[in-house]
Amino acid sequence: MFQITSERIDACALAQALQLPAAGACVSFDGRVRDHHQGRVVLRLEYEAYRPMAEAEGGRILAEARERFPILDACCRHRVGLLEIGECAVWIGVLAAHRQAAFQACEYIIDQVKARVPIWKKEFYADAPPEWVFATRPQAADPGREVEVIS
Amino acid sequence: MDAFKTIKIFYFASLRERCGRSEELRGTAAGTPAQLYDELRREYGFDLQQAHLRVAVNEVFAAWDRPLADGETVVFIPPVAGG
Repeated sequence: MFQITSERIDACALAQALQLPAAGACVSFDGRVRDHHQGRVVLRLEYEAYRPMAEAEGGRILAEARERFPILDACCRHRVGLLEIGECAVWIGVLAAHRQAAFQACEYIIDQVKARVPIWKKEFYADAPPEWVFATRPQAADPGREVEVIS
Repeated sequence: MDAFKTIKIFYFASLRERCGRSEELRGTAAGTPAQLYDELRREYGFDLQQAHLRVAVNEVFAAWDRPLADGETVVFIPPVAGG
């Protein structure tokens, strides 16, 4: 299940809830708010989502992961609203019989979430006005820089 | 000219901040999302070009030249940054 939430994400509780007797591996990813970006001091972040579409698109990504990799279950929760440094912004958990599929599916899910799910991030800086940033350049564009900033 | 229709539009992130609203019910003769975005760009002065956006119609990514029908929901999607 893919969920957008404005509540604090409890990674430990989510991991404990993800249990299956056939699962020999649980791989999780805990994406946290970082205090810097391209040399700037980041004070906090704000995430915004087009919620119904984000949850639908996220659900499609989880379904794709189950088709591509021999996994047993996968879930993802993404936070919206104002987040402080160190807080969990996104949590992904994958269960599989064996670890390789769980690692691969977890990476697939976070890569696709960053590329496709309608969620936006505003960074608040110590020494500059806040900006909406994006992780990868859209469509046909210069692949030279991984992170671009739009105002 | 395409028929007049009413389209629900939601705005997010930089587009929301630029136009100062998060949604509107808009009467328009725009026949496609591309024409609708041109119309909105002129009205609100959006600085993002169409090439930097994707568009969703009724909560699914759509083509810019897809015909728009009365009552549909359109969202212009600035570059995303989840995770």
